[in-house]
Amino acid sequence: MASEGAVPWRDALVKNPTLNLLANLTLREVKGQYKKSVLGRLWSLLNPLANIAVYSLVFGILVRAEPPVGTNSGLKSFALWVACGIIPWGFLATGTSIGRGALTDNAGLLTKVYFPRFVLPTSSIFALASTFVTELAALTLFMGLAGGSPRVLLRLPVLVPVLLLNVAFVLGLSLLLSIGMVYFGDIQHIWGIFLQLWLYASGIVLPLSYVQQAQDKFHFPFVAIFQLNPGFQFVEAYRNVLYDFAVPPLQRWLIMLAWAIVALGIGALVFRKFSARIVEEL
Amino acid sequence: MTSAAIVVNDVSKSFRIYRDRQRSLKATVIKGGRARYDEFWALRDVDLEIHQGKTFGLLGNNGSGKSTLLKCMARILQPNKGSITHVGRMAAMLEVGSGFHPELSGRDNVYLNGAILGMSKAEIDRKFDSIVDFSGVGEFIDQPVKNYSSGMYVRLGFAVSIHVEPDVLLVDEVLAVGDMAFQEKCTQKFADLRREGRTVVVVSHAIDQMRTFCDEAAWLRKGQLMGVGRAQDVIDEYADQAHDTISPEDAAAEHVKGHVGSGEVTIDRFEVRTNGQEVDHVRTGDDVTIRMHFTCHKPLEKPVFGFEIEHETGFVVWGHTSTDGDFSFPNLVPGRGSVDVVIPRMPLRPGVFAINGGVAAVGRVRGVEQVRRAHSFSVRRGEPAETAGVAVMHSRFENLAQG
Repeated sequence: MASEGAVPWRDALVKNPTLNLLANLTLREVKGQYKKSVLGRLWSLLNPLANIAVYSLVFGILVRAEPPVGTNSGLKSFALWVACGIIPWGFLATGTSIGRGALTDNAGLLTKVYFPRFVLPTSSIFALASTFVTELAALTLFMGLAGGSPRVLLRLPVLVPVLLLNVAFVLGLSLLLSIGMVYFGDIQHIWGIFLQLWLYASGIVLPLSYVQQAQDKFHFPFVAIFQLNPGFQFVEAYRNVLYDFAVPPLQRWLIMLAWAIVALGIGALVFRKFSARIVEEL
Repeated sequence: MTSAAIVVNDVSKSFRIYRDRQRSLKATVIKGGRARYDEFWALRDVDLEIHQGKTFGLLGNNGSGKSTLLKCMARILQPNKGSITHVGRMAAMLEVGSGFHPELSGRDNVYLNGAILGMSKAEIDRKFDSIVDFSGVGEFIDQPVKNYSSGMYVRLGFAVSIHVEPDVLLVDEVLAVGDMAFQEKCTQKFADLRREGRTVVVVSHAIDQMRTFCDEAAWLRKGQLMGVGRAQDVIDEYADQAHDTISPEDAAAEHVKGHVGSGEVTIDRFEVRTNGQEVDHVRTGDDVTIRMHFTCHKPLEKPVFGFEIEHETGFVVWGHTSTDGDFSFPNLVPGRGSVDVVIPRMPLRPGVFAINGGVAAVGRVRGVEQVRRAHSFSVRRGEPAETAGVAVMHSRFENLAQG
């Protein structure tokens, strides 16, 4: 038995039923997601590629938006700049959309078996996070090549805490939304509309310099709104690493930390309060 | 006395029945305030103790709250009031194969379903071969379950569920899955559970099955606990009461309540009698008389009377026509009358039965009057008390031999 204690987390995974369930449901999502298609996980890369192509064409070529220059990388490419925003944004948008349905989509399971309910939204976010990591890996490789330098690799460890905070934030939102969906079916549509607005309010497709211009023109604190927006902060953190080859500034870390704590805290509280009674509402 | 495996302490559970079909944030904001709903009490002040190592049956009609109680025990539903505590590990088998993913292989699904049912990876590793063996899925274990036949699917699900090996197992009507051979295996497995001193709580409509399967039972009506105790006693009590709640009109309405005839004689009503009195129920073993009241409108020569008893499921248990024994009646003249058929020592087991009757005449092709399910009565437990089926046969056991 002493040898099993050597790797405590693995030991826990083998012996603890809840962790085992979390692992299995995550694997179910990951394996099930692309099982039906010939291209398998490649699909998860094609979707953002299509988005990058469209936004590059519309904003980069037709609107002629000026891309920012990468601080350390010296990169100046609208397509790459959009790519570094679209992929993290995809995690935020898809994550909250999948997490939102985690309870209502599994009504059959919830009404027949008891298990800790938080496992459902959590496993769907974890599964998506694993896809997201694949995308980030592909993006990192690409940015390294485009920047003509392996320096991006030096900043890679920085992505780990960014990712953790981001997962915590998305999970918190998903816990909240999944409970909301049980009581109000139309959250599905409302959230879809909200995501559309949020995309543009997070500076995914237009650089902050354009927002600054708008602020100067209309005398409205657009920039401050962007700064408070967690979507903007998380996406910019990824851009700091992948486009600028830099470490995000301290202020950004603090804002991300605050948003992660607030989202996860409220999400967990609400989930705890309501999850025992959701079965009869389904 | 053995200690309690599950203690249900003063449990009440209500559901909200919303008046608006669809609830939405939009409607809530526009109307202001929460949706309006009616409260429906599925369980009211239920107090119950289930002892360790017993097989416990929960009985009740549809809507009696028995499944709600089981779900409360399984922690799927949370009671509004009261508490339920249990000792040891608990697993619920409310549906087999819950959470199977069609695209994944049988092997992956065993791990997935096992995890959903609360097993750790180490435990599933240990039991895996036994699960596959029990399911009889064999070489198909690495195929996606979407390619399984429905029988294989259910068997694999059942195999995983039964291998959870909990201290308390909650079962909802899943005793009848698979073919005969598989059912045999299941029965065996349940016997093993019992031998190992595990507690099983089962909800079922199959009361004959419950009689042999359970040690103790409880029955519910409209969310209230009506009785609890030894399975035999509770099941009899439940069966008697349940039959009584079906009125003759309801029973008759379930099947075609027919009346055809030439109009020369009409059957007015039937009477079921024991000990010289009209009754609505009799007991197995009673001497019973069924009396047919009729009105004769035109004279009828060489009349023939017939009686039938029909089971609630619609098959005719017994029929007797006066010509069977060359019994001949005098010609009928206009006016009212009645005729009896005497059944010594009622050989029917508890259940609800309906009476069919007919009047004919010797030498006539068509019947004069026929009525179906014109009257119903129930049979309650009496002597002898045999286990299952519709009839008692006064059977006995003897000559146990071994070696």
